[in-house]
Amino acid sequence: MSSLKALQKTLREFLEIPLDEKFKNELKALPTRLNEFGYDEFGFSPDWIKYALLPIVTLYKHYFRAECYGIDNIPEGRVLLISNHSGQIPIDGMMIGAGVFLEGDPPRVVRSMVERWASSLPFVSTFFTRVGQILGTPENARALLEREEALLVFPEGTRGINKLFWDRYKLVDFGLGFMRLALETKTPIVPISVIGAEEQAPSVGNLKTLAKLLGMPAVPLLPQLLVPVAGWLPLPVKYRIYFGEPMYFEGDENDEDIAIEAKVNEVRQRIQEMITYGLKNRRHVFW
Amino acid sequence: MADKKHERQTAKEALLRKTARGASKAKAGPAPKAKSKAKPKPAPKTTPAPKAWKSASGPLSSPRSRNLPKVLVTGIAGRLGRLLAKKLHRIAEVHGVDRRPFEGCPKDIVMHHIDLRKKRCEDLFRLTGYQAVFHLGVIHDPRRSAEEHHSFNLRGTMKILEYCNKYNVPKVVLLSTANIYGPSHTNPFFLTEDAPLLAGEKFPDIRDLIELDMLAQSFFWKHAETETVILRPTHILGSHVRQGLARYLRLKIIPKVMGFDPMIQVIHEEDLVDAIIMAMRPGVRGIFNLAGPSVVPFSEVIRGVGRPTVPVPQSMAKMILSLLWDLKLTDFRAPQVDYARFICTVDTARAREILGFTPRRSIRETLKSMRNS
Repeated sequence: MSSLKALQKTLREFLEIPLDEKFKNELKALPTRLNEFGYDEFGFSPDWIKYALLPIVTLYKHYFRAECYGIDNIPEGRVLLISNHSGQIPIDGMMIGAGVFLEGDPPRVVRSMVERWASSLPFVSTFFTRVGQILGTPENARALLEREEALLVFPEGTRGINKLFWDRYKLVDFGLGFMRLALETKTPIVPISVIGAEEQAPSVGNLKTLAKLLGMPAVPLLPQLLVPVAGWLPLPVKYRIYFGEPMYFEGDENDEDIAIEAKVNEVRQRIQEMITYGLKNRRHVFW
Repeated sequence: MADKKHERQTAKEALLRKTARGASKAKAGPAPKAKSKAKPKPAPKTTPAPKAWKSASGPLSSPRSRNLPKVLVTGIAGRLGRLLAKKLHRIAEVHGVDRRPFEGCPKDIVMHHIDLRKKRCEDLFRLTGYQAVFHLGVIHDPRRSAEEHHSFNLRGTMKILEYCNKYNVPKVVLLSTANIYGPSHTNPFFLTEDAPLLAGEKFPDIRDLIELDMLAQSFFWKHAETETVILRPTHILGSHVRQGLARYLRLKIIPKVMGFDPMIQVIHEEDLVDAIIMAMRPGVRGIFNLAGPSVVPFSEVIRGVGRPTVPVPQSMAKMILSLLWDLKLTDFRAPQVDYARFICTVDTARAREILGFTPRRSIRETLKSMRNS
């Protein structure tokens, strides 16, 4: 028992290493309202972020060597971050979150919306909740924006993340929900394009029947899984994250689909342009 | 038709006048004395209740009668009923109905040992013009048969609502629960009062409580002349209450579902009683979610009561529980595990804005009161 305690202590100390004093103070000054137990209403806890940070910082700084461009485009207060979605596993969301948290000034916690399936899993659901990610329902999104949070949405959804390799960087249709939400809550939209994630786990197929059977959103066929151990990790691509200038929309959130779609397409267009720009300007997939 | 109603009303008024002078004195014995003593005092400052009542009183304490308003509390001998009675009897003439005995009953409370479903219950309404009815007479005992639950909870409620309408009671307050929304991983974080009541999907034994709530809702819509208030508190904790989460937190060793730690809301029993009394204010009507000051993780609540815990894998939790239930070793049903896995948190904005309810006990205080009992 005492040896376990000692191990826990060393682990904890180790985990604290990447966090210098300034950073810790910033962590304390996060503009989220916490209750007397140190949680916000959605179950987010800065204490947990500290522990989640070591693997995420390692991934962000050393594994994917991520670079953020235009981070100052994120306005203060409520904001919707709209991004393309790719890479089979939602590391792109994690990297956007890490980018905004580590490079933004002041650091902000990006709240993103979790798949229904993930929120039913033990441990996973608790972890997501504690680091500020909550179930994707319109009510939750509205509640978050009303509390002036930064909300990350992937309007492509699972169709986007499970794109096959030859469809990479081609945006699929966007859902309309985020635009209705933005109009209703008068929230600025920051378009984001993530370059690199598409190549982290090339997929050659999707076993839809099996996925349905397992109650999972998708079962992608990943050739790299055939390589033992090393292949089980995502490929060490280089992440480049572009934040576009905020877009402001006005109108009736209950407008017909066509009217909303026109506005959504504006955002989609912008993201597609940013992807094209990003692809043209990157030196290499891996560096 | 109208004539009949009018006749009935005048008869009732006559009865009322009679009871106000003579009958109450004769029946309640030493009660009037206690009352006359209590009256000159400007109402104790410690309880918020009189204040709420004063601002509310208006038509109820008309100068003609100079009497306290008469209210009926069903299920008064229950743990919550007693708490309510002890606060309420200072600002109203409390009549109580319960099958169970009420030890330590304040002397100015008129107790009736009647089953709600019996005809004698109607006589109470006929003889006394109640200004408000608080319906807490709902059984939660999980070991009683489904039939008894259904019969007592639903027939009882049906009768009470029927009498409220028949004898023109201006206010009826029903105690429902927020648990009837049902815990689910697909729940939004803040369920409003409009959210569907889905707990029955997974937990059949809670259906009578859902039906009760629905019954009250349809009464609300049908009878606008009676102000119907439906209160849906989240888990009730405190040194007295013994149901649901309160019972769970009193276990010697608390089993925890591994890997799950949903955010939950609790409310202190005294806060709930305050809210019930606030609901008496004229003009207040409709459904209100009630919760304590903050949303906290399940694990913090368990830690707060300071008892040892044992982790149970989720795949086995329900199986073990239903086995223990069959062996009569536990009073928890297997589907109740979901309350420890998924969220069922509610939006309390309506209670704050319309009812004017803000909880006064912090979560730590609430948990401390559990620890001491």
